[in-house]
Amino acid sequence: MTMLSDRQQLSYIASQAADARLNVELETEGMTLNIGPQHPATHGTLRIICRLDGEQVVWAEPSAGYMHRGYEKLTEVRTFPQVTTLINRIDWLGSFANEVPFILAAEKLMEIEAPPRAQVIRTILFELSRIANVSLFLGDLGVQMGAITPVFLAFRDREYVLNLIEGATGGRFHPNFDRIGGLKDDLPKGWIDETRQVMIKLQQFCDTIEDLLFGNEIFQSRMRGIGIIPADIAKSYGLSGANLRASGIDYDLRRDQELPMAWDKADWRVWTHPDGDSFARCWVRLQETRESCKIVEQLLDQIPAGPIMTKVPRIIKVPEGEAWVATENPLGEMGYYVVSKGDLGPFRVKIRSASFNNISVVPWALKGVYVPDVITILASLYFILGDIDR
Amino acid sequence: MAPLSDDQATEESDTDTLALPGDGLREGIVDDLRERIGDALIDAHISPNDDLWVRVTTDGWKDTGTALKAAGFDHFCFLSAIDWMPSPYGTGEDDPDAEPKEPDTEIVQGVTGGETRLQVFARLTDLDRHVGITIKADVPDDEPLVDTWTESFAGANWHERECHEMFGIGFVGHPDLRNMYLPTDFEGHPLRKDFPLLARMVKPWPGIVDVEPMPEFDEEEKNDDQKEDESTEGESS
Repeated sequence: MTMLSDRQQLSYIASQAADARLNVELETEGMTLNIGPQHPATHGTLRIICRLDGEQVVWAEPSAGYMHRGYEKLTEVRTFPQVTTLINRIDWLGSFANEVPFILAAEKLMEIEAPPRAQVIRTILFELSRIANVSLFLGDLGVQMGAITPVFLAFRDREYVLNLIEGATGGRFHPNFDRIGGLKDDLPKGWIDETRQVMIKLQQFCDTIEDLLFGNEIFQSRMRGIGIIPADIAKSYGLSGANLRASGIDYDLRRDQELPMAWDKADWRVWTHPDGDSFARCWVRLQETRESCKIVEQLLDQIPAGPIMTKVPRIIKVPEGEAWVATENPLGEMGYYVVSKGDLGPFRVKIRSASFNNISVVPWALKGVYVPDVITILASLYFILGDIDR
Repeated sequence: MAPLSDDQATEESDTDTLALPGDGLREGIVDDLRERIGDALIDAHISPNDDLWVRVTTDGWKDTGTALKAAGFDHFCFLSAIDWMPSPYGTGEDDPDAEPKEPDTEIVQGVTGGETRLQVFARLTDLDRHVGITIKADVPDDEPLVDTWTESFAGANWHERECHEMFGIGFVGHPDLRNMYLPTDFEGHPLRKDFPLLARMVKPWPGIVDVEPMPEFDEEEKNDDQKEDESTEGESS
């Protein structure tokens, strides 16, 4: 284990020794603290059981499963086109992004590819759902620390993005818009111009949040150096997305794999941060929102003409085989391992959701931290309950 | 060599990262793994320009994890299981009015084959070479036990707990195999194929029904016109 990973443990031991000196007079007794299942920091119903010694967490264990809906079982009794309705609800803040890897896996098995126009529109909607997801995270971040203003800004500006998604797909939260072989509909008239204006607004929102939060002294003192996750720990727990990149690992599935999507048509960059602390994770997400706006802006100029749907049979039977497709979703690497037996529906679907891995590091990350930091670490790890429980 | 300016340096690294893994790399990985674990490697399958599967023996499962971690596959993606027995309750989309089909009982394993009904499978990624690998292993039918991966990959802890309650596979050496989702006194393993999906038992699937055609736009307009006519008529009288 590296120096960094020992740092938390060492600081814990040091503070324990300091406490022990104090506790000669003031004996503290261990106590158990339940955070959640109903707590604003838990984004739903996650319960964190903490064993405390004074103000410090000695042991912590997240207790998930309050929202388990059994999607892996349900997909086995659905046809392929019906599955998108379910998986929309996994990460409900960036729903469209959930559909894409599953559809791509089905298309891979069928050996078809969406037409170029559909690929570009898919990528645009994918990035819009990332913006809708992460902008709420940026606003919510303030609330976790008692700053109320950012969340109002976030909800205001996120509304523009949701309106765009609704304008194109007809659904604000659950678009169910992606189809095997293309998209359900083409873009409505005037949508592209509107999107361009909204992207300017969202970039201004990012600037505002950076001024309001990231430059704030209180924010920095509560975030910097707190909840450090070193690279080797991040990898062995399978963290992904911004949590991984904040530990200094330059890996982004949008860039590092070949998919029939349009990310390579835009000029953008992958941000990393060497620190691995709460601040780094939040900062990387802020930069990613900006990059997403850039990607959308560039792709709006590059939508090719042509059909939005390739030729697929009316009743879709997916040939026998196994396929794994993962994409870089707002929360991290989300993938589907689809096993088909040539039927109308999948034989088995393993849903690899990002939050499940991201939150499994919590018992490690919370060891030795103080109670108020529990909230900021949870906030910076960023999870959606539906993405943990599935 | 002249030192590169910042711009050039980033450009060069960009092209480096864009070099995607080829099948040569995947073959090399399989050879490397064979060297490390020997006979424990049963089968390997490379889907051209796409993906890589290997199947290892049940006993070699743990060593495979350690060996792959040492070979650079240190990002833990997921671990789960597959029940290859066809569901005795049908696939769910069958028409209830149609003649009941003879349920399929033949167990056919997928890519890289297998001998048992249950298989564990996991995926690891090499973040530097941008290549992933899916590892499969048989789980004995009479005694569904495999070794834990938690010593190599801390993230396997939760995945094995999930797999334990959903498939009833025991992980030898796991520190804490409590249920994650289900109540402690729950009987059965929900993701096994012989576990019925109660929602479908209560209300059978209606079968593939044709969606009603959308009403023609003209008709709708006509109806609206008629209504308007009627209302104006009512007013005039």
